Order: sequence, then structure tokens, then C-alpha cells
Amino acid sequence: MKKFIHDFEVTRNIHITDDYFALNLKCPVSLPDMLPGQFAEVLVGNSATTYLRRPISIYDTNYDTNELSLLIKKVGDGTIALSKLKEGDILNLVYPLGNTFSMPQGENALLICGGVGIAPMLLLAKLLHSKGYNPDILIGGRTSADIIEPGKYEPYGEVFITTDDGSAGEKGMVTQHSLFTEKIKSYSIIYACGPDPMMKAVARVAASHQIPCEISLENTMACGIGACLCCVVETIDGNKTTCVDGPVFDTRTLKL
Amino acid sequence: MLDLSVNVHKLLLKNPVMSASGTFGYGPEFDDFMDVNRLGGILTKACTSKNRDGNRYPRMAETPSGMLNSVGLQNKGVDYFIDVIYPKISHYNTHIIVNVSDSTVEGYMEVAEKLNPLEKITGIELNISCPNVKEGGMAFGTSCPMAGAVTKAVRGVYNKTMIVKLSPNVTNIAEIAKAVEDEGADSVSVINTLLGMAIDAEKRRPVLSTITGGLSGPAIKPVALRMVWQVSKAVKIPVIGLGGISNATDAIEFLLAGATAIQVGTANFVDPQVCIKILDGIEEYCSRHGITDIKELIGALES
Repeated sequence: MKKFIHDFEVTRNIHITDDYFALNLKCPVSLPDMLPGQFAEVLVGNSATTYLRRPISIYDTNYDTNELSLLIKKVGDGTIALSKLKEGDILNLVYPLGNTFSMPQGENALLICGGVGIAPMLLLAKLLHSKGYNPDILIGGRTSADIIEPGKYEPYGEVFITTDDGSAGEKGMVTQHSLFTEKIKSYSIIYACGPDPMMKAVARVAASHQIPCEISLENTMACGIGACLCCVVETIDGNKTTCVDGPVFDTRTLKL
Repeated sequence: MLDLSVNVHKLLLKNPVMSASGTFGYGPEFDDFMDVNRLGGILTKACTSKNRDGNRYPRMAETPSGMLNSVGLQNKGVDYFIDVIYPKISHYNTHIIVNVSDSTVEGYMEVAEKLNPLEKITGIELNISCPNVKEGGMAFGTSCPMAGAVTKAVRGVYNKTMIVKLSPNVTNIAEIAKAVEDEGADSVSVINTLLGMAIDAEKRRPVLSTITGGLSGPAIKPVALRMVWQVSKAVKIPVIGLGGISNATDAIEFLLAGATAIQVGTANFVDPQVCIKILDGIEEYCSRHGITDIKELIGALES
């Protein structure tokens, strides 16, 4: 897929919670096609401590208005600077980067999202829905404050929630959710994005039931286009870049 | 009419702007963002005698105005380069210079010897300055006898343009430059990354899997500029300047300090079009200063 570099205009900065916000960005030309799982390298600029771009998942797209949105968690200087952007500000993006998820080989699909890991799952849920699937979408977090915009997913599948403290949905980790005891064998594929321990736990359960599992990694990156080889992950075929060979990997190919 | 061409030994570069090794892949990674043919040259990712997986992740730490890396020369080896990568880049109408590294003198020789017949590889850059490998790499570049020995050995098997990329992690870089010049280097690239370190205070752990790594980016530019100035006064062969160059003004500064050509490195990660912007900016500078031949600027520092 052809990659682009464009100056986007901020059309909205949506405060979701104290930790999460979404940026709606208008493309100066027709918005190029983007696939679920792909990301943009966002130029933060104007700070010595944010020299490099920030890789951020494409959260949503609107081809009628030529807008895309990014869901961002404030974790450091770069994302905090982005949280202060206002309508009309300009943001430079290198995009769309990375690969995408594969489609299910059977009927049922399970999407598992943890924290900001829900970002790449919205486009995936939409795509699955448009192809006639009705995926189960399991959103996990430490507390209810980590469950971001679950309503956005409801048109595209059935949404389930877990929190470590039980403040929303079932109490416990995602792999302890009743879906895992009651329905796990019905899924032809599991997709996951979230903290590493969560994805590893999901991958283990998937492997034990011989269910294909694809995870989207969030390794730190410099270039985002396969030039620097900083973001590698260990696979059975040696080190692969998260930015070009990923961010989506079949867990059977990873040395987890 | 502005003449931007410069000569690095036998290589006539259409302009002095090249991409630095390890920051530009092999070239095609940047095809969507620029016409790579406009560059004076491409320095490829390092090539070693055998496949190397490099170091474990994490291999990168962002630092004030720069970054540390400890990639560790990941590449699939010289045979793979010749069979798979070379056919994909040989169409470029610019100089393709392969960065050559290894753990042993024999390894450097093997790579150079295998690259020698490739028509479109018009030169090699001996990397005796990688700080991220346990054996070889920087060890060759931090002592005059070692630097001289590997240069001499490769000179014996390689008859095209041979550039030697120097390490800044030395007390007197001009001495190393002279040592490689004496053993047949056609040019020197100054500088590779500076050895550095990053710590995660919350976790009380080093950020990089290798603990130390190579610092690059604007943070190192003043050091690089000083070393280019020192080396260019010490040797007769052309000096290629690099280290934190991010815009045309930076590039001009390196030329004034004595560099015949420049390489753009880490800035490619921040702006994949930066090489072209630097080239356009150099033209603009020349026209603003009434310069008709870029060579007028080389070493033209006034004092």
C-alpha cells in the first residue's frame, strides 16, 4: 500500500476521560484507504523530549468527510502535547503504516481489547460486520475508567466488559470472562490488542484450544517504515519489524 | 547555473546529499516519499558476511533531541544482499554505497570481495565504528593499528571507492583518520554514533537490552561538526560529514567545516522527505549567496 505524508487539520479534540482523548483530523486530499490495524506516525514537534514521531493506531475513518480519528492515551510528554491540540491546529502524519488482520476462516470471531488497545479494534469490528460477521467484543480494563467508549462497538457486534476490580462488567481479567468458559470453542479466530501480559494470556488460551490468534503489538518505534529496525519482535523466522511486518502478528509465529 | 556536483574519490556525486547507513533501509522504504534518484548517494543498511539477528528488543530509546539505538547490525548477510536486495535497488540512478561490517578482518574482506563485482555498487563504507556489537565493530575503529589493519586488508580485495566510517568514541579522531588514509582509504565518514545510555528510573533498569547504545540526532551535531573540522585538516582524502544533520543550514555548516559531502541520518525518521528538503535548501542557500559551484563552500570556514 502506498504511504503518504500529509498535514491534517484538527477538527475536534474530544476529551473522553482524564487519561484518554480522541483527535478528529481532516485530510487535505481524499482520505486514502486504510485497513484495520494500520497506524500513523504522528509528528509531535516543538519539544526536545519528543524528537521522534509517535506511532498511533487509526481509530476510525470517515471517507465522506475525509477525516480519520486517533484514540490516544496520555502516557508521556508526546501524548500530553497532543492532548493540548485545538481545532484548526495542524498535525503531520505519515500513514497508513503496517499490515492488517486476516479474516476469520469460520463463523464466530472474538475481539479482545485492553485499555487503549481498543483503538485498532473499531475498524476491525466494522469490517467484520460489513462482511456479515457478528463478532463478540470483549473490552477489559483495570477499572471502569479504562473502558473507553464501549457504545461505539455495539452496532458491530455484541459487547462484553471485564474490569479487574469489578467496577464495570464481570470482575477479573479478560481470560476469566464467562465467554472463555462458555463459548471459547465456538470462535474460529481471536483478535487481541492491549497490554503484553493480557495478549500473552489470550494467546496461551487460544493455543490450548487450537484457535488462531492475532495480536496487534505496540513496540516503541523510530521510523515506522522499516528503515531503522528498532521495533523488532522475535518470531520463529528471526526478528521482524513491528512497523512493516506487523503490527498484527499470528501468535503462532511469535516467540512469546 | 548552479553546479552541485562533488567528487568523493572516483565517485562523482550529482550533489553532496546522501542518506546515512541504518537510517534509510536500502532505499525503496522511501520511494513513496521522495524521488530517491535525486540524492547524491544512498548508504545502505550494514551488510555482514553472515545473517545477523541483531540485539534483543528494546533497541531504541528516545533522548533529548535525539535517540539511542542498539540494533546491532541486523541484516541477512552479503549473499542475501546480492541475490535478493541488489536486484531491487540496482535501478536507482544514484550511487549505491554498501555499508560493510563484521566481527573479524576476514569477514570484512569476504563482504567487500563479494560486493566488488556488482556494477551498481560503486563504493563501500567500512563500518569500523558500530558501538552495538560484542565483537568487531567499534573495536576496529578505536585504535590506530586496528583501524589501519582492517582498512589495509579490505583495500587488498576491493578496488572501487572505499570510505571508512569513523567512531567518535576516541580521544583523537584525526589520528584514526590518518591511519586509515595511510592504509588506502579513499574517504572517511565522520561520525558514527556516540556511545550513550538511558535509564528508566521508575523501573531502575536500563532502557536498552544492551544497556548502552549509539546516540544520534541533533544532540550530537556540535560534536560531529568539531570532528569533521579536525579530520578535514588532518587528511587529504575527502571527508563525508554526518551527525545530527536535520536541515540545509546544518548541511552547509558541515561543508564549511571541511566536508565534501554529507549524510542525513536520524532526521529521516522524523521527516521521510528531509533529504530532498535539505537538497532544495542547499540550492536556495547557494542562490542567496551567489554561489555557482557548491565546491566553493567546502572548507570555506572563515576565521
